[in-house]
Amino acid sequence: MKITREEVEHVARLSRLALDETEIDALTGQMDTLLGYVEKLDQLDTAGIVPTAHAVPLENAFRADDVKPSIGLERALQNAPQSEDGCFVVPKVIE
Amino acid sequence: MSFSQMSIRQLQQALRDGKTSSVALTQACLERIAATDEQINAFVTVCGDKALASAAEADRQIVAGQGGPLTGIPIAVKDIFNTAGVRTSCGSRILENYVAPYDATAFARLREQGAILLGKLNMDEFAMGSSNENSANGPVRNPWDLERVPGGSSGGSAAALASGQALATLGTDTGGSIRQPASFCGVVGVKPTYGRVSRYGVIAYASSLDQVGPLTRCVEDAALMLGTVAGYDPADSTSVDCPVPDYLATLEGGVKGMKIGLPREYFIAGLDPAVKQAVEAAIKVYRELGAEIVEVSLPHTDYAVACYYLIATAEASSNLARYDGVRFGVRQAGDGGLVQMYEQSRAAGFGDEVKRRIMLGTYALSSGYYDAYYLKAQKVRTLIREDFLKAFEQVDLLLTPVAPTAAFKLGEKTADPLQMYLSDIFTIPVNLAGTCALSLPCGQDGKLPIGLQLIGKPFDEASILQAARAYEAETDWHQRRPPLD
Repeated sequence: MKITREEVEHVARLSRLALDETEIDALTGQMDTLLGYVEKLDQLDTAGIVPTAHAVPLENAFRADDVKPSIGLERALQNAPQSEDGCFVVPKVIE
Repeated sequence: MSFSQMSIRQLQQALRDGKTSSVALTQACLERIAATDEQINAFVTVCGDKALASAAEADRQIVAGQGGPLTGIPIAVKDIFNTAGVRTSCGSRILENYVAPYDATAFARLREQGAILLGKLNMDEFAMGSSNENSANGPVRNPWDLERVPGGSSGGSAAALASGQALATLGTDTGGSIRQPASFCGVVGVKPTYGRVSRYGVIAYASSLDQVGPLTRCVEDAALMLGTVAGYDPADSTSVDCPVPDYLATLEGGVKGMKIGLPREYFIAGLDPAVKQAVEAAIKVYRELGAEIVEVSLPHTDYAVACYYLIATAEASSNLARYDGVRFGVRQAGDGGLVQMYEQSRAAGFGDEVKRRIMLGTYALSSGYYDAYYLKAQKVRTLIREDFLKAFEQVDLLLTPVAPTAAFKLGEKTADPLQMYLSDIFTIPVNLAGTCALSLPCGQDGKLPIGLQLIGKPFDEASILQAARAYEAETDWHQRRPPLD
């Protein structure tokens, strides 16, 4: 086994996904198959190979720090599931 | 010639000559959508009234001799493009009510040139899929055979075009999501070089691979659409500041003297005989047109799917962290506090494939596995990219099939994620290499279209469009349309 049920549960917590028992079972099998498949990369010797993060070589893209209009409070909040007094509302974090 | 057989430039001329009107074209598309989309399910949102109002305005501009090369042309875009004031749901329950406050740059450029937005197109959720079966809006059906998939993830973009519901569409391509549906539906689809088209306002899946491109009914339309959306955008720091050539100007240049490479790793045992035959016939056409055909090798091809599913899922797990039920999207309110709200909102809002990719990507990036999976995949990506750069030292472009088979049946691959992933075996390497490619119709397997892939050097979309046009001028595959009632 490439991955255990406990590891899948751990990854679900890291992913912030509340998965039910059926989903955990299915994912354990599927992730095991997929991780088995991607192991074929180990056939390649990549010592000394520089990793590619972007196909096009990019430098930092700097721009002048100019003040420009932004979308504004109303439009920023228009899709919020819950908002109040110009803020996003979330469940209480600190008791 | 009926309007449905005319290119965008020909239609523009017809508009300018007063032979038709934008209102008439738009009305015809809306009627076609009304008549066929119950079967096809390509549209998730139709903006009928807005489209007709814009068309009336376009007609006024045309009469006054104003407007751009797309003025009055009805188009539609994948539901991954933010469109101000029009719902953008990205095929997901979690964004079912999302209305973007601004336009994606690629769409804005089409709109500024006068294109009329008919609506938003169905897709695999967050562009994750090869069959359009992973949509919260239900699957799209292939207009050539309603029991088959249109391809994915831009399945709606390809099916709408093949059904005559729109005159051109926009899609996105992370591992083949423009080219494979274009192939399955018998239309032209271009995946430009990474950085060629702005990704600003395009909902992100895998940021180092995602690229915007057009799907069209002919190569000339693709050249026109690409020329309109391409170019540097200060709002996307990964868009590249290099000149956009006039793709239309070089389109009729032919292929005499061009060197076309056939990567031997793409002509493998798993290739369907009908696809092989169609591609070989296309090679013969190119040879007769004066192109030089040479065999080349892309030795790391077989590792591309594995490499992709680590890099794309890792990037997806990071990009999709933003869907937390706070700033946008659907919230599942519990009384268990903030983390439980995140976990439940995401569990209820995402479909199975999205969850699977987030999980795989999170695992690949997690402590203890990063080097073995993610970093390893990035190094293999270097090898895959170098394969292409070496091949392009010998040839001007590469010719391959788009997919190993024509469109498969709905439900045929849903139970086996790995088999579904392997259907993108010929398109994925191009995204990893970051170069450009297109799909164009080159045959049929029974009634199902087959696509030819032309892969170009980085930022040399002009050559593949030119070569595609040379083939198109000799054949009539692109003019065939499904017998839809």
